[in-house]
Amino acid sequence: MSDIFFPLAVFFAAVFTNNILLTNYLGMCSFLSVSKELETSAGLGIAVTFVMAVTTALNWLVYEFVLVPFQLEYLRFIVFIIVIAAFVQLIEMIIERYSEGLYFALGIFLPLITVNCAILGASLFMVIREYTFMTSFFFGLGSGLGWLLAILAMAGIRQRLRTAKIPAGLEGPGISLVIAGFMAMAFMGFNGMITIS
Amino acid sequence: MIATLLISVLIITAIAVLLALLMVIADATVGNYGTSKITINGDKVLEVQGGQPLLKALNGEGVFIPSACGGRGSCGLCKVKVVEGGGNYLPTELPWISAEEKAQQVRLSCQFKVKNDIAIQIPEELFSVKQFTTKVESLRNLTHDIKEVRLKLIEPATIEMKAGQFIQFQVPEYELTDEPVYRAYSMASVPSDVGHIELEIRLVPNGICTTYVHKHLKEGDTVIVNGPYGDFFLRNTERPIICIAGGSGMAPIKSILLDMADKGSTRKARYFFGARSARDLFLLEEMQALESKMADFKFIPALSEPQPEDNWKGEIGLITDVVRRMAEEAPEGEAYLCGSPGMIDACIKVLRELGMPEERIYYDKFS
Repeated sequence: MSDIFFPLAVFFAAVFTNNILLTNYLGMCSFLSVSKELETSAGLGIAVTFVMAVTTALNWLVYEFVLVPFQLEYLRFIVFIIVIAAFVQLIEMIIERYSEGLYFALGIFLPLITVNCAILGASLFMVIREYTFMTSFFFGLGSGLGWLLAILAMAGIRQRLRTAKIPAGLEGPGISLVIAGFMAMAFMGFNGMITIS
Repeated sequence: MIATLLISVLIITAIAVLLALLMVIADATVGNYGTSKITINGDKVLEVQGGQPLLKALNGEGVFIPSACGGRGSCGLCKVKVVEGGGNYLPTELPWISAEEKAQQVRLSCQFKVKNDIAIQIPEELFSVKQFTTKVESLRNLTHDIKEVRLKLIEPATIEMKAGQFIQFQVPEYELTDEPVYRAYSMASVPSDVGHIELEIRLVPNGICTTYVHKHLKEGDTVIVNGPYGDFFLRNTERPIICIAGGSGMAPIKSILLDMADKGSTRKARYFFGARSARDLFLLEEMQALESKMADFKFIPALSEPQPEDNWKGEIGLITDVVRRMAEEAPEGEAYLCGSPGMIDACIKVLRELGMPEERIYYDKFS
């Protein structure tokens, strides 16, 4: 595949075939706990998308220009985490100061995101898969959108489940996990469209 | 080897320092809201550093809003009316605010941040609320699980309180809590003893404050309290009064009765105190001594499960049954109740059946 289209291929793969939530099962805790309402799920999903796209690119720069030259690749876990934490904190402060609407819609989710493992996961995958800067950015963006898509689908289903009759033993997290499993199987239907390693 | 190690440490330190520096700069620029004015009840004006939660800003200026959780948004007590400059509700406030309170612009002050000039309304009596530094003068076991804590006020040296009110006790960091927390306790001391506060604290298994008081607190320790709070105090009428308490509910009732004796009140008073067996009874002599000091007072302790070795000659039965049997003053009297929610609800029911209107029943529920 030509170099220009590779980032785009990775982007679509990250959304559909290699959905970080449904194939890697990363970011499950907030996926299960915040997916009760469509509106809050959308807020969280957009915040995740934004933070994931930016931090993956940021971490690529840190990795390539700081860690690799000093042969400190093994420190990437800890460095990535503090970069993500600092970025999220900064963004929260900026949003709180300059946009009340955005703060109410997204800002309150930002502290939740620092500990979302899908975000660290995206940064680590980009290293393992040796992506370029552009590809990393699109991979982060795609993974975030994939996560958003999955949590929106889940929230839509869970809103309908509220009036459904569910066996007592399966109520709450039980049925949510079963649904997540079905969704993962449904997403397997995208397999073969695009493959990325 | 050592060189690589040093470089790793240096690099990671550099990254951390850089990010920390960035945060400090952001804090001083983006996070700096300058000073804001808080106008309280239309006349008092405070200048505070902007960007901090209202509860903390008021605390810093010596205005104490009651809060049980210490500002984490988990108790819903620190409500304040913000009449000007309030802006929109935060999602973290909404679980505690009813539709009615929303219409009156009531906010949760530990979540609401002061970012511009605002005007608030708080009850006048909160101005008399102060923070006191005290020293533990004595500790005494009243029963197997209730401890009397007597505090000597150091700074300020005196308190102005109404008998029956409560204070908040600050528990410092220790093994059960990694930040100071506040818990409310009624004062058992008489208001005329302005230099002391007495508390009666019952041990609750794993209770953060009660464990601290029972297992860690020693004579001579410094204790921070703030108060007084609450509208549980003796109303100024001539009606006969019926007091009902159980366990450490003794505290505010004792304060009220001592205050009456102190002031030479001639009101008729009956005090029903419920306990399980003799080992749960305390301060019997003090209460019986009040019978001769006061014009018309009777102390009626009752045991629900007296043990053979108790040799009990007093009333027997649930406190509700004893009240039903003996509280003949109910129709024209007023009642002061302090104890567990279950006991209070049951007693309110009995008093109403005896003909006491609900608006003359005052209570302080432990919760």
